[in-house]
Parts: sequence; C-alpha cells; structure tokens
Amino acid sequence: MSHWIIAPVILPALLAPVIGFVMRHDISLARIASLTGAALVVAIATGLAIAASGGETLVYRLGDWPAPFGIVLVLDRLSALMVLLTSVLALIVLAHAVATGWDARGQHFHALFQFQIMGIAGAFLTGDVFNLFVFFEILLIASYGLMIHGGGRARLSAGLQYVVINLAGSTLFLFALGVLYAATGTLNIADLARIMSTMEPGDAALVRVAAMLLMIVFAVKAALFPVQFWLPGAYANAPAPVAALFAIMTKVGAYAIIRVHTVVFGPGAEATADIAPTWLFPAAIVTIAIGAFGVLGARRLLPMVAFSVVGSMGALLLAVSAFTPAALTAAFYYLVHSTFAAAALFLVADLVLTRRGDERLFALPPTVQNGLFASLFFAAAIGMAGMPPLSGFLGKLLVLDALREPGQIGWAWSAILIGSLLTILGFARAGSTLFWKSTAIETEDTRDQAATPLQLAPAMAALAMLAGLTIFAGPLAAQFEQTADQLLDRGGYIGAVLGAPDAEPPAAVAIEPAASEEE
Amino acid sequence: MELVIATSIGALTAGGVYLILRLRAFPVILGLALLSYAVNVFLFASGRLAVNLPPVLNKYGDAAYSDPLPQALVLTAIVISFGMTAVLVMVALGAFVESGDDKINVTEDDSETTEAQQ
Repeated sequence: MSHWIIAPVILPALLAPVIGFVMRHDISLARIASLTGAALVVAIATGLAIAASGGETLVYRLGDWPAPFGIVLVLDRLSALMVLLTSVLALIVLAHAVATGWDARGQHFHALFQFQIMGIAGAFLTGDVFNLFVFFEILLIASYGLMIHGGGRARLSAGLQYVVINLAGSTLFLFALGVLYAATGTLNIADLARIMSTMEPGDAALVRVAAMLLMIVFAVKAALFPVQFWLPGAYANAPAPVAALFAIMTKVGAYAIIRVHTVVFGPGAEATADIAPTWLFPAAIVTIAIGAFGVLGARRLLPMVAFSVVGSMGALLLAVSAFTPAALTAAFYYLVHSTFAAAALFLVADLVLTRRGDERLFALPPTVQNGLFASLFFAAAIGMAGMPPLSGFLGKLLVLDALREPGQIGWAWSAILIGSLLTILGFARAGSTLFWKSTAIETEDTRDQAATPLQLAPAMAALAMLAGLTIFAGPLAAQFEQTADQLLDRGGYIGAVLGAPDAEPPAAVAIEPAASEEE
Repeated sequence: MELVIATSIGALTAGGVYLILRLRAFPVILGLALLSYAVNVFLFASGRLAVNLPPVLNKYGDAAYSDPLPQALVLTAIVISFGMTAVLVMVALGAFVESGDDKINVTEDDSETTEAQQ
C-alpha cells in the first residue's frame, strides 16, 4: 500500500515524456493517454484519501532512508485532500480543453499538463521544504508552457511577466531556505518542527527572517497583498482552461502557508508563532478589498474573474490567519469551494467568449444558447460571490463564524461582507450586460457553433462539485475538522515522520550534529 | 573570506535587483541570472565556510569535513536556475518577436487591469 503514496507524482512524470515524444504528432492518442492518466490519478488520490481518513500520518521514505536524512513524502488528511482536489480539478479542466479543442492550439499541451499535475501533487505530498521548492519549480516550469499555450502578443507579454515574477520568487525561496538551513541544520519539515518547538525566542532572529521570507514567497504564489499584482494579468491572458487549472496554483501557495506556518513556525513554536497571524490578517483584508474593487472595476470578463480569485484568496487566508481548529476547518472548506468556483467561472467564461469573440463587457448580439450560458454563469457567479444556496455562502459563513475574537470581528466581518457585496454587484453588472442587455439587440446571425453536451459537461461538473459541497457540507465539515486537528498536532506529525527511536540508524545519528540531540 | 563572500553576495544581489527594475527583457534576464548566482553562493555559505575540507566522511579517522548538504542543494539550484533562464530567454524572445519591443510591462491591452487595481 505504502508505495501508492508516490504514485500521483510518478504516474504523470512517466506519462508526460511518453506523450511529449511518442504521441506528439497524434493529438487523439495524446488525448486518450492524458485523460486516462488524469482519471487514474483521480482513482489513486481517492484511494489515498481513504487511506489517510483513518487519521494516521503515512510516510513514504524514498530509498528507505529514514528522515531527516532521506527524502520523505508525507500523506496526512490535508495532503490527501489537496491531491484529491488537484486530480478532480485536473480531470475536469482536461476534459474541457479536449472538448473545446484548446489542446490542439499549440504544441505539447498534454505533456505540460501532466508535468503540471506532477508538480502540484508533489508539492502537496512532500515532507521537506527543499523538495517543496523543487516541486514548485516543476509546476512553475510546466505552467510557463501552459500559460503561453496558443501564443499571441498579449499572452506572451503576460507570460513573460509571469515568468519573471515567479523566478524572482524562486530566488527569494532559495534565500529563505539558505537562512533556514544555516540556522537549524535541517530542511525536513518534521525535523524543523522538532527544533522549533524547543528554540528559545532569543536565538530565533535568523529563523524569524527565514519564516518571514518563506511567507513572502508563498504569498507570491497565493496572490496575497502586496504581491498579488501579477495574478490578474496572468490569469486573464492565459488560455481559459489553463486559468481554470491555475485555480489550484494559488491554493499551492495557501497550502504551503498552512503547512509551514502551522507545523513548523505555528502555534507551539514560541519563537515564531506570532509572525504569521500578525502579517497574514491585515494582508488578507487588503487582498479581499483589492479583489472586490477589481471585480467592480473590471471592464473585461476574464480580468474580472481573475480579481474574484484574488478576493477569494483573501477570504481563505483571512481564515488561515487565525490558526484555530475552527478557522482552519472553515479555510479547508472554503479552499475546496473557491477552487471549483474559480474553475467553473473560467470554463463558463471560455464557453461564452469563444462564441462572443469580444471579452469587453458591453452588449453584443446574443450568442447561441444564451439562456443556458446565462444560467451557468449565474450559478458560478453566486458560488464565487458567496450567495446562498451554493457552497460559497456556507464557506463564508464558516469563515465568519470562526473569526469571532474581539480584535478580528470588526475588520474580518466587514471585509468579507462588504467584499461579497461588491463582488455580487460586479458579477450582476457583468451578467446583465453579457446575457440580458444583449437580448435586446435583434440579430439574424447564427454563425455560432452551439456548445455540444461534451463541451458543457466539464463546466457543469465543476458546478456539480459546488452543489455536492453544499449538500454534503455537514459530513465534509466534520472531515475537515479532523483534518485541522491533525494539522495542529505537531507531536503526531513529528513522531510519524521521524519515526520511533529504534528506526534511527545509529551510524547516521553520529554524522549530523543537528540529529545528535535526538533521544 | 567571510567578508569577501558577504560583499560579493551583496554586490550580486544589488546588481540583480537593479537590473530587474529596468523592466526590459534583456536587463531583467541578466538581473535574474545575477540573483541566481548570488543565491547559489549564499546557499553554499549556509553550510559554513571552510577551506580544504572534503565534503565526505573518512571512516578511518576523525578528519574534519564540511557539510555536504548545501553543496547538493547548490547543485540542484544551479540546474533549476539554468533551465529556468533558458525558458525565460525563449519566452522573452517569443514576446519580442510577437510584439516588436522588449518591455516587461503592462501592455495596452492590460491597462484596464491596472486601472481597476488602483
């Protein structure tokens, strides 16, 4: 069983070169292979989620070298949840790309897509911050290719910006890791957590620098203020299915903040526990405001959706910043919800825009299936804005309910509530312009291709996920509560990864000065 | 030696940041290359600076050794930054060929995005 933990990384990694080299001239073969691979990853991720739901932290040691000397993958409830989320989203997005023909507009879409799945799954599974960096680079280098897929002037310029900002972020990541290694002598997350729990606040100056640098790096990925500025340009100019897949990329940053700033630097590490709440809370509030005003002010559809992603990241990280079990439960629920909501919005927007031809928000003659697209957009928009009956409402309710501290309630509640109101206004304006005012224009033009059921299915599947999240909110919230409890249990994580004392090889303990403090 | 390493990391970083802020593709690429050199030396130094110490253990005695892990990290970082620079050059070249100028800045199409953000 234990070997399955690495399967979500290995399978796409093996599949991608085969697709890239063997099937590059045969798009239908590549499509079959890619879809099969994505479906298999969903099956594996489901199995892993079931395995992790028992509450045990499963550890996979590469080459059977014990941590902290070897590289480990760690599967707990949170990583299993994230891998499952990634695989389901990837399958939906891939189906959309195949059905709408996006994958044939440039070279190597499927190979890059598989590498992207590999990088994301690896980033969620790794138990080592340097490998977190490596998997970040894998998912980024695949995302560079996907971002400029199909080409075009605006897309390439936006892609160049995206590459540059992420390369600068990677450099900062390495600086943070260098500082962290110099200060602690290890980069294994569990070993770092062990060292941090006994570190005196007086000795922690370097570690605090590293914690802050890591937070900035993850904030770049999660599009948190003040480093959110790259996201609207990149997402709005990326191919729509790729932008839908990128909905999980911001969550990689959020996951890294959740993982590193709870297990390593979070509650229980006296020296650094104050950093994340102090900075995350105001940054998240400003992020919500930027997202809301962006949605309200956007004059084109895709930037508007991108700004709503920024706003949802703000709400998510606002919940994370409390670092309580209730707030983390709310954060996980909202994380799953906002991923599917953003993906649904991008996919619906793609269906509309390929027929409309102009993404600026003004009335044009209605496209075919105007009513169908309008209702899909309506459902996705109320999901994203947080209106009942979809899961966005429940997610925001959970977040609000978790932020009841006197110091938080004023800022957090007004930010989320006013932000939601502005988002609703923005989406209502866009929807009425796109679908409603357009019906006033008479047209005889029926050149548009009607969307086939196959093209509609992925967007509907993403919306069905939102509906499922709403219907099964109770059991899921109970699951996420256990996930939060497991995440906050530092001792359990450290014990599971570093193992029982008898598993330690005596020779290795003698080598590493940092390890000699172990029992 | 610490002074030399520290000043060279500082100079490389300062030069890299300055070049990145130029907002044109070629200086930005050079700036990112300088930054990656700086971070490579920095990572190397995170394992403590030592002269004439092998990064391997000698099982026949208590010979001193230097920390091998940062050297492995640096190797990984060098490979990754090399690959990334290659990708960046290709993307920058593509953007230059498509748009005819090498500004890394919001284009006119994006101006609405920026306004909305203000």
